[in-house]
Amino acid sequence: MDEILNNAGLWIEYYTRPVREWLLDADGAGHKLALMVVAILLFVGVMGGILALVDRSRRAPGWLVTVAFVGPALAAITFGLIYPALRTIYSSFFNRNGSEFIGMDNYIQAFTQSQFQLVLRNTALWVLLVPVLATLIGLIYAVVVDRTRFEKFAKTLMFLPMSISMVGAGIIWRFMYDYKQTSAEQTGLLNQLLVMVGLDTKQFLLDSPENNFFLIIVMVWIQAGFAMTILAAAIRAIPDDIVEAARLDGLTGIKMFRYITIPSIRPALVVVLTTIAMATLKVFDIVRTMTNGNFGTSVVANEFYEQSFRQLNAGLGAALAVILFVLVIPIVIYNVRQMRISEEIR
Amino acid sequence: MTTTPPPPQTIATRVPGETDPGASLGPGGNGRGKVSRPRRGAIAKERLSSPWASGIAIVIAIMWTVPTFGLLVTSFRPSADIRQDGWWNVVTSPSFTLQNYQDAMTGSTRMVDYFINSLVITLPAVFIPISLALLAAYAFAWIDFKGRELLFVAVFALQIVPIQITLIPLLSTYNDWGLAGSFWTVWLSHSIFALPLAIFLLHNFMKDIPKSLVEAARVDGAGHVKIFFQVLLPLLMPAIAAFAIFQFLWVWNDLLVALVFGSSQDIRPLTVHIAELAGTRGQTWHLLSAGAFISMIVPVIVFLSLQRYFVRGLLAGSVKG
Repeated sequence: MDEILNNAGLWIEYYTRPVREWLLDADGAGHKLALMVVAILLFVGVMGGILALVDRSRRAPGWLVTVAFVGPALAAITFGLIYPALRTIYSSFFNRNGSEFIGMDNYIQAFTQSQFQLVLRNTALWVLLVPVLATLIGLIYAVVVDRTRFEKFAKTLMFLPMSISMVGAGIIWRFMYDYKQTSAEQTGLLNQLLVMVGLDTKQFLLDSPENNFFLIIVMVWIQAGFAMTILAAAIRAIPDDIVEAARLDGLTGIKMFRYITIPSIRPALVVVLTTIAMATLKVFDIVRTMTNGNFGTSVVANEFYEQSFRQLNAGLGAALAVILFVLVIPIVIYNVRQMRISEEIR
Repeated sequence: MTTTPPPPQTIATRVPGETDPGASLGPGGNGRGKVSRPRRGAIAKERLSSPWASGIAIVIAIMWTVPTFGLLVTSFRPSADIRQDGWWNVVTSPSFTLQNYQDAMTGSTRMVDYFINSLVITLPAVFIPISLALLAAYAFAWIDFKGRELLFVAVFALQIVPIQITLIPLLSTYNDWGLAGSFWTVWLSHSIFALPLAIFLLHNFMKDIPKSLVEAARVDGAGHVKIFFQVLLPLLMPAIAAFAIFQFLWVWNDLLVALVFGSSQDIRPLTVHIAELAGTRGQTWHLLSAGAFISMIVPVIVFLSLQRYFVRGLLAGSVKG
């Protein structure tokens, strides 16, 4: 019996090999594009098939229908999110190749070694500065372009960086920061400006610790458009009678902004700040593209990649991923709590 | 056929979550559109007349465009010029070329291949999660089953899980399954990571469709499948578009997932390639600038042409980062 099964297995393996190879080793543009179409059709087809089956059998029990609808998504989430997350938490208590249980050592290392303390300090800088600066700039911009003739165009300008990759943004800004000696012809715009006002040129990305700020600017540049969009919508939604009443009371300009606009859009401000903070916590591409985490600019998300896939220290990498996860939680709790409060008011 | 009346237009064009941040802002609701024409004009004049406001707007707008503009100009300059002086010198001595783009596309950097890889990675990674999430969102919105609320909250909560925490175990699973180095790893990973947000967004939109529509179809004897395809799907198109743009930009611009699962030469997308180029040949600005814009052109076009849906999606509230 075993032999027959074994043989059958070999047969199947032998005869499906071309198919598997076609599915797994795509080379050449035509093959890749064909595979892409096959992949899409396969998934959409399987979904359609499940639905058709459920629909066909009129007497399908209710639970079967439910499983057909939510089953695939829940299975995927369990396989790709829940199980790996638990595995990572588990392996964060093990050594670099997972062979030995070492308790909290990875975490102790991450919090006590000066190399990682620097990483944590940088991450804190990012998470504090990016949301505040991006929101501030986005808010100011939303207010000054609101209801002007160029509103739509002006908004698109700030919004565009959101559509490009952080790798692309990193390159754009690396070029802004490009360094040449003071006496030489400059190619980076910022150093050119320094030369024009009579200062020495600067290694923006190399000089620590201020290089962190120059990386942070890139993220602010990307995220301000998001803040602007949400806040502009919130400002628009302020009821006109409130504005009118305030105006009759003699409120104008800055005072109007301080006492009417800000309190009215507070819930939107919270959403923007927390969303950007969460995005910033996980930022990796900018640091990777611009400094590779060198010159004292690494952040937790970058260090996670460095330890997991460069230094091949799976235990420490896992611990850093868990730290990242734990750092997100207070932000989310704050966000949810604020949502609750504003819903109660409503 | 069902006798369902055609849905009111407002459903199809309005996005449920749109009022999410806005609606809670104060009593009296949304004042949009209440302003009569002349008053709007008055406000606009008032704002424009403030030189400070205009000045700030212009300064910020310049700061947000000059960096991109500078690299764009650079990408069209001869490589010798790029090395020699700054891009602003084109004002006095203009000289342009397409050579950089040609070199980047077909030269040793073979951007054409990576461009195709980006495309091949992105499209299934948009379609797969949408088809899975639509089904799940339908069940969460319109099928009564035990533990529905709890499951939905769990899925919602999973949005905050940083994908970093899943990468190493996923990679070893793919290795065990012999999938490593194939497109399937990237497709599966992106699809799964997108599911919580997709289900959440689509569920919110579905919930907003009037119950009477679904009930009417049910009375007419339509099953779940029929309701799903004939009643809900057409109404959901704006929502699907919003999410599709999100996901498209997310996947096309992603570096981390692609680095971990798709860094092998055969399947690596543009982002990985350009990031590597920046690391190893950081001063070859003629290739870097052209390459950067080759990678940006598709998302910028998608974004500009579908901006309306994108903004709606944003306003519907997302916490994915």
